[in-house]
Amino acid sequence: MSTLRTRVVSLNSGTPVLERPLVGDVTGAPVPVTSEPRPRRRWVRATVLGGVIPIAVIVLWQAIATSGLVPSYRLPTPLSVWAAGVDLYERGVLYQHIAISTQRVLLGFGIGAIVGLALASIVGLSARASELFAPTLGALRAVPSLAWVPLLGLYLGLNEDSKVALVAIGAFFPVYTTVAPALRHVDAHLVELGRSYGYSGPALLSLVQLPAVVPAVISSLRLALAQAWLFLVAGELLGASLGLGFLLVDSQQNGRIDRLFLTIILLGILGKGTDSAVGLLERFLLKRWGS
Amino acid sequence: MSSSTLRSSTPADALSVSIRELSRRFGDRVVLNELSLEIAAGEIVALIGPSGCGKSTLLRHIGGLDSPTDGSIAIGGLPVTGLDARSAIAFQEPRLLPWRSITRNVEVGLPRGKRTSADRDRVAELLELVKLSSSAHLRPREISGGMAQRVSLARALARRPGVLLLDEPFGALDALTRLSMQDLLLDLHTAEPATIVIVTHDVDEALYLADRVILLGAIDPTESAAHASIRSTVVVPGLRPRDRGSGDLAELRAELLEGLGVPTHHLSAR
Repeated sequence: MSTLRTRVVSLNSGTPVLERPLVGDVTGAPVPVTSEPRPRRRWVRATVLGGVIPIAVIVLWQAIATSGLVPSYRLPTPLSVWAAGVDLYERGVLYQHIAISTQRVLLGFGIGAIVGLALASIVGLSARASELFAPTLGALRAVPSLAWVPLLGLYLGLNEDSKVALVAIGAFFPVYTTVAPALRHVDAHLVELGRSYGYSGPALLSLVQLPAVVPAVISSLRLALAQAWLFLVAGELLGASLGLGFLLVDSQQNGRIDRLFLTIILLGILGKGTDSAVGLLERFLLKRWGS
Repeated sequence: MSSSTLRSSTPADALSVSIRELSRRFGDRVVLNELSLEIAAGEIVALIGPSGCGKSTLLRHIGGLDSPTDGSIAIGGLPVTGLDARSAIAFQEPRLLPWRSITRNVEVGLPRGKRTSADRDRVAELLELVKLSSSAHLRPREISGGMAQRVSLARALARRPGVLLLDEPFGALDALTRLSMQDLLLDLHTAEPATIVIVTHDVDEALYLADRVILLGAIDPTESAAHASIRSTVVVPGLRPRDRGSGDLAELRAELLEGLGVPTHHLSAR
């Protein structure tokens, strides 16, 4: 956003009597010149520019695949990947794989984010809770994600629960490790201000601390979502009968390289799609709570 | 104090402040040492002294943000035991909540509870007083330092405090803005006659604003600047608004600066 400003100083007081950004002026005063294109055109341009590289990659891919430089069992053509997708769709399994994986991600992400926010609030706001929990959580965080898979498999069985739990673990840590320090480092001056005007406990939390960490919460949610997809594939690779991770293993074992490519592309699209959804939420929240 | 008295639409009465043998120690460090001070209702008192002499600590005690090791403080004859709605504080930094508009920042100073139309009128009235009505919808990042400090003053006045505590409120402003803020503060004092206790480093500011200037510091010169108590009290002559160039004030200014340990090279007329 442009920060063009004007300042009119009244000579008798020496105080700026008018200082406001003129871009997007709510008073309807004339908006000064700006070189930024109108939002809609900018959006169109961004879409077109953003599409250039994927299209170039597909063209190059098609060229290489049909040139005979790489055998087709190593590199399928884009069209054969599309055909593999249509084939799976017509047999009714493509939707199942996508749906079950998305469900696991959303459930696990939701659980992990909520638990992460709750623990981050406790650890971020109370020095004693921080001393109690922080070392343990730090150690748990250091455990590589795949180490949990066999244990979760034993405890919860190779079923939905163990996969959702693994995704939740993946989503939990980005939220916890971002939000707890953010809460701890909320401007002490603002906290004192709230206190000096009679706010304490939950009222102080909603006046100062929560709004102050909104940007940190959002960026942690985006990280958590990326982690959720990562942990999902890890979980599904190691034991599943449905889902995109299973489709990867299954395709590898059957030499279906077209399906492998298809699954990787689908994971990219799904991940980007959910990330964009959080991005929309981010824009809305930052408009309201950003500084 | 009940919320109904806080919400009354007539200006609250200014309240007296009575400090009796106040001591504050942080561990072994004595910051305030048996300090006693009586401030009349409606008076403007400036606290000056070298850095680290406990000026802000004293102010925080009056506002109930800190509690004394020994001694007592009363506002309007009733003791201060903690955060106190009879006083309101404004800090050197404006401390505005960046995600709230100017109007919503002033609302923070209102007594807590559901907002009524009387509250909205009160905030509008305060913004008018500090000449910010046309900027009410802006966010803090969109306004200048002087404007932000005016928001901070309006917020402090919102609850109609009997005592207004100002901790170097204009210290971070440029020299010209500071002068106009001093006049604004005097206008506010006329419109909302609270007792004002102002901490400042600026001797001119103290002499321009205050009825009395209190010089804090160690009485025993062998002690550090901490261990503070009242070293001298200057009753400032003349009615406000005062002539900033007055000769009488120049004498007092030299006296106070010498008291702060600053050589003034002032040739006394007498």
